[in-house]
Amino acid sequence: MTETTETRTADPVATVSSTLLEARDLHVEFTSRGRRARAVDGVNLSLGAGEIVALVGESGCGKTTLARTLLGLERPTSGEVRYGGQPLKYGSKALKAYRRQVQLVLQDPTGSLNPRQTVYEAVAEGPRIHRMPDEAEVVNSALARAGLRPPERFLLRYPHELSGGQRQRVVIAGALALNPKVLVADEPVASLDASVRGEILALMLKLRDDLGLSALVVTHDLGLAWNIADRVAVMYLGRIVESGPVEQVLTAPRHPYTQALLSVLPESPERVVLTGEPPDPTRIPGGCRFHARCQILASGKAAEAGVDARCRGELLDILPASALSQAACHYADATG
Amino acid sequence: MTLLELDDVSVTYRIAAGEVPAVRGVSLSLDSGAALGVAGESGSGKSTLAMALLRLLPRDARVGGRILLDGEDVLTMKWGRLRAVRWAEASIVFQGAQHGLNAVRRIGDQIAEPILVHGLAKPDEAAKRVAELLEQVGLPAWRARSYPHELSGGQRQRVMIAMALACSPKLIIADEPTTALDVMVQAQVLTLIKDLVAEHGISLIMISHDLSVLADVCDRLAVMYAGRLVEHGPSLEVFHDARHPYSKALAAAFPTVGDPVSRLAPKGLGGDPPDPMHLPAGCPFHPRCPVALEECSTLDVELWPAGDRRAAACVHVRSKEEAS
Repeated sequence: MTETTETRTADPVATVSSTLLEARDLHVEFTSRGRRARAVDGVNLSLGAGEIVALVGESGCGKTTLARTLLGLERPTSGEVRYGGQPLKYGSKALKAYRRQVQLVLQDPTGSLNPRQTVYEAVAEGPRIHRMPDEAEVVNSALARAGLRPPERFLLRYPHELSGGQRQRVVIAGALALNPKVLVADEPVASLDASVRGEILALMLKLRDDLGLSALVVTHDLGLAWNIADRVAVMYLGRIVESGPVEQVLTAPRHPYTQALLSVLPESPERVVLTGEPPDPTRIPGGCRFHARCQILASGKAAEAGVDARCRGELLDILPASALSQAACHYADATG
Repeated sequence: MTLLELDDVSVTYRIAAGEVPAVRGVSLSLDSGAALGVAGESGSGKSTLAMALLRLLPRDARVGGRILLDGEDVLTMKWGRLRAVRWAEASIVFQGAQHGLNAVRRIGDQIAEPILVHGLAKPDEAAKRVAELLEQVGLPAWRARSYPHELSGGQRQRVMIAMALACSPKLIIADEPTTALDVMVQAQVLTLIKDLVAEHGISLIMISHDLSVLADVCDRLAVMYAGRLVEHGPSLEVFHDARHPYSKALAAAFPTVGDPVSRLAPKGLGGDPPDPMHLPAGCPFHPRCPVALEECSTLDVELWPAGDRRAAACVHVRSKEEAS
């Protein structure tokens, strides 16, 4: 079972928090060209109040499907999404109420804003749908919180009159207008310029500090996780293969996949460039799902530790939603 | 030996609203076999500069200055000569490999095209050369029969690199070659580019907004802001010890994982890149500069020497050099 309170040693910023949003033994499957794709293949993940969790992985690992399922945009094949201790209900009324609490921020602000809507209209859309009173006031304060100050200067502008960073702030303001508890951000800075990137990340940290907002940030960028997240979960082929506090996972990774991801960052001393492309969720290998690309198995280290047969043939348990550092790896288990 | 020399190159786009100076007086040189990284954000003029090198800009662009490729000025070349230079002397790998390839033609035919057009091989030999090229970029030869949609993003980028190599050019210009790719695939492609440059003695100009990637692949870095070079020097020195505050900000934008300074402290620059039609007076960076002085709003900055084979366009660099 999952725990609801977490004790933290290494992280002075995050406070002890209770679980707000949770995935329990979540499976999401699609049919793709007649074959079953297990996009999310057993995930436990919790997000505490005021916590920022980075969900890291390559394209095709299922991280976006997981995020969409947490938002109620996809229905799980089995398992459940829980919010505030209650399982998510999929009736239209219940979902509408849920989406006021849990808001999505997309990657490309140019694509997620209507070019013919002013900033005011874009930000007011949510409050209107939810029939919130004092629309103008809500919009103004959302823009100010997203760092567009003074808000009056931006209200009547169109997206094309704004810079990339300002557009992303408008998108974030649109989410903030509903006073959500959680932001789910899919690659929030991937399409932004380098100098603006830090500003948007700083904004997300500030929203956490000022408003107690939680965030699940979906990204392939480990530097981003290092910049803003309290915890990180590394996903590979539908499962979380390692998770824990950022300091521990990113400075002393235990899963070979995490080790490889970190090793290809510029300036890392020894590179482990995995060959091949990320594998196919319609054909998840038996045993450890990473074994075909695993550098520890290929180098014979797993055989030395006597776990190579298990790597090839024995399934790993699904990791629980723990705040502590953990990895789903036979070799890591055997060598401690 | 110098392979490429830019002398006071400028590019101005003429649009309905007036003139847009995208590149403003860039001078730099590249030795044969060397790799130069050009960094900057959107609107800095880095991609315009890259396109200007082979005269690939749209008609409304006016290019000034001199671009000497192996001593020959690209800007005054006749069309016939220019066509011969493109691909055979210098080729480009574009960003976004999805759009660079023709969706309805087989990979092999697309790679063979420049070889045939340049008369470097007969059709039956071209197939052999295509197989060789695919192998060089780490793809099996049978991939020649595939269509682009059958390949992943990383594989398509490899095909683009194979095309760029097809006519054995002396120079490859790579514009954000790994931007849309995953970390692991990005590492594979970067390793490939590094190896090819080293093995074949090809010169490389690589363009990106990610200073850490450029520092990893290139010997020298040039940083552009608002159409100008604001700093250049040996890669690692510029990356770890930038002299221009803008280069510093770019270097800090991509944190080193494990560095306690950047933990829970993302670094960015306030403000936005300037509109090229309304550039601020003085140093174009001064409105965003954390260390701007009063004189920066009026002073005409230029590249001042900033140590061995280094230069930066910042008043703080000039005063330091004068003092020493």
